[in-house]
Amino acid sequence: MQLDQLYQEIILDHYKHPHGRGLRDAADSDARVGEAHHVNPTCGDEITVRVATDGKVFTDISYDGMGCSISQASASVLHELLRGRAADDAATVHEAFVELMSGRGQVTPDEEVLGDGVAFAGVARYPARVKCALLSWMAFKDAAARAGVGVSPTEVKA
Amino acid sequence: MTTIAIPEGMPQYDDVPRFDVAAVRADFPILDREVNGHRLVYLDSANTSHKPRQVLDVLGEHYAMHNANVSRSVHTLGTEATEAYEGARAKVAAFINAPSVDEVVFTKNSTEAINIVAYAFSNASLRPDADPRFRLGPGDEIVISEMEHHSNIVPWQLLAERTGATLRWFPLTEQGRLDESGLADLVTERTKIVSLVHVSNILGTVNATSRITRRVREVGALLLLDCSQSVPHMPMDVVDYDADFIVFTGHKMCGPTGVGVLWGRGELLAAMPPVFGGGSMIETVSMARSTFAAPPARFEAGTPPIAEAVALGAAVDYLTGVGMRAIQWHEKELTAYALDALATVPGLRIFGPNVPVGRGGTISFALGDIHPHDVGQVLDSLGVQVRVGHHCAKPVCTRFGVPAMTRASFYLYTTTAEIDALVTGLEQVRKVFD
Repeated sequence: MQLDQLYQEIILDHYKHPHGRGLRDAADSDARVGEAHHVNPTCGDEITVRVATDGKVFTDISYDGMGCSISQASASVLHELLRGRAADDAATVHEAFVELMSGRGQVTPDEEVLGDGVAFAGVARYPARVKCALLSWMAFKDAAARAGVGVSPTEVKA
Repeated sequence: MTTIAIPEGMPQYDDVPRFDVAAVRADFPILDREVNGHRLVYLDSANTSHKPRQVLDVLGEHYAMHNANVSRSVHTLGTEATEAYEGARAKVAAFINAPSVDEVVFTKNSTEAINIVAYAFSNASLRPDADPRFRLGPGDEIVISEMEHHSNIVPWQLLAERTGATLRWFPLTEQGRLDESGLADLVTERTKIVSLVHVSNILGTVNATSRITRRVREVGALLLLDCSQSVPHMPMDVVDYDADFIVFTGHKMCGPTGVGVLWGRGELLAAMPPVFGGGSMIETVSMARSTFAAPPARFEAGTPPIAEAVALGAAVDYLTGVGMRAIQWHEKELTAYALDALATVPGLRIFGPNVPVGRGGTISFALGDIHPHDVGQVLDSLGVQVRVGHHCAKPVCTRFGVPAMTRASFYLYTTTAEIDALVTGLEQVRKVFD
């Protein structure tokens, strides 16, 4: 397997220059806020994702954590893709990303839906790294639920 | 190379036993394979070792020709299987210089072996007539260290919860050694058991146990040594170490998975209540109650890992044939070579002792800020297999302020060329992430 399938330039770029990193308070004090902390018990990676929503739109998605390039880049892409989106819309993207990562490299991603997320197509070929890519996405799902906004019914079996 | 003359009367360099590494490698079929288009460089033997043909053959031969259940059949196959199984027990006993064959209990692995001891304490604590050495309650203490594998932490945490006893531990020094400065306050008359790793699976540290053993004897506690990372790599003599229990696992010493060993002093095993109930561990059973077999059978309920134990016996033969002293020396040379070679990699930080003294051939490190998962992934693309993560020793990672480490570990078949491949691979890692 070619290493550059895994470490696409886009992933390395998000890793070295993460977007929206750092936990933030909601700008609007009326916003509903939800937060979730997830760990990957096999490697000790951790991430905290916080969402702020007015009940319809994710007005902010902030995060902090430590982990490998894949997990950190994935959080950065999550922030880029879902911040400012309506819940329904976010659910579609979330579902597409989870489907891509669960596809063992057999799923062709739609760039219209996933944007920079398509760079993770190669990661799906490395079963040991799928969890890394999904860490922030699963934390986001829990955080959104805690803020009272369901995102995706998809359960990922580790 | 400079030559230093060793004074007469001292052990001379040439006295060290050696073996032919190339010949040993030829015994391990897997070492011939390729990974991702590169020759396999396996630096993960602390995780699990490879198996020589001699062990694989015995495993296959047992199932092909001698398969039957043990300790219960009068037929020929049953007798052959029983003899092979008990023969393996005798080989293991001799390998660790156990005073009696009956002191060797076959388990699933080290984890199960430690849990058997922990649950024997637990069960004894519920019975007023049990041996007081195994009875625990509030005010009693269990001592471990910050260097333990999770398998030597969690069973004791659970035991402390069940009994109300207190769990305490030795801290680590910055160099990754056991901090024994508080020994007298840590191991006291309140201590019932000290359970300590002999060789750290993450730092490579070899713990000098004699001071601790002396203190354990002074206060009348028991001593368990987790020898998962020592028995495969150096000669072990349970009498010399003066331990009460040792545990180790077959798959890290050229044997198969699924079989491990609990060794305990005969009189202690005899005083321990059973843990798992079932077939083979009984003396007699009525509907109301049962009485139990003597050790080791008391602790081997159900059909044991027969073929695995027999193959472990073959692994013991194999290692003995090469020579444990020679294996220990080979790994010492590799470790010295690797510590020097890794020191040339910019930004590399070694966790644990950085001299090849009082440490084994397991070296964990950080490469700048690059996450170990990424280090391991790039190395894998070059055929170099290392372990990344917290190595089931999360408190050690916490102690050194990192979420994970990259670990290279050596064994009798490891070569300096493989260490060179690691160092070259690390250069590649830096190119991808810098």
